[in-house]
Amino acid sequence: MGTLGYIARKVGAALLTLVFVMALNFFLFRIAGDPISQLTRSARLTPADQEALREDLGICQPPPGEARCSVIGHAATFPAYLRETLTGNFGVSVQSGDKVTTLIAERFWRTLLLLGLGTVFAIVIGILIGIRGAWKRGSFFDKSTLYGSMTLYSMPEGWLGMLLILLFGSLLAIFPSSGFQSPGNLSGFDQVADIANHLFLPVLVLTLGYIGEYAIVMRASLLEMMGEDFVQTARAKGVPDRLVRRNHAVPNAILPTFTLVFLSFGFVVGGAIIVESVFSYPGLGQLTYQAINTQDYPVLQAVFLISSAAVILFNLLADILYGHLDPRIRSA
Amino acid sequence: MDTSTTPTTEVLDEPRLPTKTPSARRITWLRRRRALAGYWRAYKRNKQGMIGLVLLLIIIALALLAPFLFDKAQIGVSTSTGERLAAPSSSNWLGTDKFGRDIVAMLAYGARISLLVGLAATIGTMAIGAVVGITAGYAGGKTDTFLNFLTNCFLVIPWIPLAIVLVALMGRGVWNIILVIAITSWAGTARLVRAQALTVKERTYVERARALGAGDWHLVSRHVLPNVFPVLFSNMVLAVSLAILSETTLALLGLGDPNTVSWGTMIGDSFEAGAIVAGYWWWIIPPGLCLIAVTLSFTMCGYALDEILNPKLRQR
Repeated sequence: MGTLGYIARKVGAALLTLVFVMALNFFLFRIAGDPISQLTRSARLTPADQEALREDLGICQPPPGEARCSVIGHAATFPAYLRETLTGNFGVSVQSGDKVTTLIAERFWRTLLLLGLGTVFAIVIGILIGIRGAWKRGSFFDKSTLYGSMTLYSMPEGWLGMLLILLFGSLLAIFPSSGFQSPGNLSGFDQVADIANHLFLPVLVLTLGYIGEYAIVMRASLLEMMGEDFVQTARAKGVPDRLVRRNHAVPNAILPTFTLVFLSFGFVVGGAIIVESVFSYPGLGQLTYQAINTQDYPVLQAVFLISSAAVILFNLLADILYGHLDPRIRSA
Repeated sequence: MDTSTTPTTEVLDEPRLPTKTPSARRITWLRRRRALAGYWRAYKRNKQGMIGLVLLLIIIALALLAPFLFDKAQIGVSTSTGERLAAPSSSNWLGTDKFGRDIVAMLAYGARISLLVGLAATIGTMAIGAVVGITAGYAGGKTDTFLNFLTNCFLVIPWIPLAIVLVALMGRGVWNIILVIAITSWAGTARLVRAQALTVKERTYVERARALGAGDWHLVSRHVLPNVFPVLFSNMVLAVSLAILSETTLALLGLGDPNTVSWGTMIGDSFEAGAIVAGYWWWIIPPGLCLIAVTLSFTMCGYALDEILNPKLRQR
């Protein structure tokens, strides 16, 4: 009962947040950002196209004799906006004329691949560094990784990417510095190797960008755990150091780090946008970068909605998982 | 830290003698000065904090002295006299960019804008966060439920997509960028402040002040705010680094102010001009190193302050 109620509460909160994001999106793009002038800006869309698009998306029709809709006129189109958005209709890209949904669908999995690899590496390596640093507190390893973590944390990711391209891509020419795969038809193992080769630098930047934060938090959390009574007890009864660490301290110290991992997911999504832009990696981030520079509002709006929805979903999963891992918070 | 006793009552209780009784205001100031001196002594013992502070002072000095050291014309797109994209030499220590602007002069002037963005955006962030957090924590009830919901929404929405959308709609002026950074980053502060306000509200001295007839404004400004401030302050120093990095991120995405020179726009310009492929390392590397220096110094100061101002951490 308690568990079900907890999950229901979290799902409800996530849905409310989603509604808020959609309302914000509607306000920003349909009211503040005058959609009619956005449509007329594009040279690729003929007036007839624009009219069809307005009809299709349910954008407000200005009253005769006026250039734009009133706020109330716009607000009346909110149900139509909700309907189109929920059915996945985001209109067409002002730049290319393609459907926004198609553009996103063909790039989505590449971003997922980059994000997934970067996050997993950052978490695993960050946590391992944090554990070792805390366990050997004050050692050379601890001090150097702590300062290293702080420096990495202070580094703008985009700049780090540029630096690595300069070093590995241009100067040493070991790794390709842009794109997802080489032109030409490769297949099987060759293709996988080629993609891995292209992924190496962007994944490295994402990993380095977030390792520091995870290592610092894991270290602090484990240091706190080491003062706890149950760790002292385990030591007092003669459990070997290695086992105290593995079975008593680390499992409890990992929880706060997990919270951070989930909370910072929104930042990692942002990081992926930067990294993709710098490496011309054909994912959602590069799409965003191009949309900014061509003022392609339909694409920007869709990316904003989808990335927000992804982060909300991820947070919901985290909450449910967290409630399972740490039953104490279910009642809070 | 302890401002629980209202200074005016202290003095009123004393017999009115013609001797030089210090005024209530003076007593308060003396106490504050003693507290500050104590904090400074604790801060001086923190090695990391002192390194950060010295680094920060050097950067601030560079920013303040920029007009005395370098001719402002050298950082203007049309007024600079240098050769375009020149490699480092004796006349341009770190070379020039694609407009022939001297990189060293740009770094010095850029420090001003980067620091301005960092500080102003942080003040905005803290102001919104403090107002929302204190109102939610202090008022409670429906106000709290609503503000808490709003805070949670802004915590979840990924900041870069939101910031991109806002800057794209509002325009790329430096003050717009500052505003956008504040709008996208206040939620964490609000949550922290709300939690602190909730605990302060329940303390007995607040109850006592209320029993003595203190109004809401008095309670918030004299009791809640001073107790929330230490949390706010150490959070604030850390937020400056984040704000400066945020500006860089936006500049890299082509959303920097095209009319000002900051470390962020330098990196953004070099990226846009294809400096990586062309190998103009002198245009890319220096602003990044400056950014690391400034964010690292703020982070180090922030951690040190956190240890001193949050007694819970100090005991560890």
